[in-house]
Amino acid sequence: MRVTVRLFARLRDITGAAELARDTAPNATIGEIWRDLAREFPELAGYERSISTAVNADYARMDTRVAEGDEIAFLPPVSGG
Amino acid sequence: MIPLFAIGAAPLEVGRIAAALADAASDSADSDGAVVTFLGLVRNHNLGRRVRYLEYEAYEPLALKAFERIAREAAERWPDARLALHHRVGRLEIGEASIAIVVRSPHRGNAYAACRYAIERVKQIAPVWKREFFDGGDVWIEGATANPDDERARAEAERLACA
Repeated sequence: MRVTVRLFARLRDITGAAELARDTAPNATIGEIWRDLAREFPELAGYERSISTAVNADYARMDTRVAEGDEIAFLPPVSGG
Repeated sequence: MIPLFAIGAAPLEVGRIAAALADAASDSADSDGAVVTFLGLVRNHNLGRRVRYLEYEAYEPLALKAFERIAREAAERWPDARLALHHRVGRLEIGEASIAIVVRSPHRGNAYAACRYAIERVKQIAPVWKREFFDGGDVWIEGATANPDDERARAEAERLACA
């Protein structure tokens, strides 16, 4: 199953990509996708407790299950305004 | 007519945002007695650093939904207040406005409160990030972990709005 991962701000700097295509097991959770990514980019691990996540531009949780073609976003702590 | 909620690279024109809000509220505009505007500006110092400029980025579709959510929350708490909210992305120089919030209400109290609430909630839940370029380096600023369902954070924004 293929999903798109979007990364922002420092997460984008760490991975060097604003967008990544990833193959995952059917019914994977966002948390599983995050942990795979953190294995690939160990600097991400420190964000485990402070990130937010979204699916198809709606806030979601790490235990949310994803579907083929979903856009998963990982969001570091925000600083708008 | 420009939208009530927007995120983009164009400079903020608070007069046009206020006009859009007046137009959207035209059925009740004659009963409004207050317009409060908030502009957030890029300042030249932060945490003892001399700031040269900021770069903002956003997850734009989710940021728009967050702005609309903030407006709904404010309308539940202050039913006679209506608001518009625009945020910029890209490079912003010292003194430029990064965010504009305009609130209309029959009375100033609710307009001020809803405006303060909106900026506090933006800082809590809008997926927007600023990268600070200062003398000697640059750093991503990281504030709150965005969680719209965190009732404690929402209540804190309401407490500040009513302080």
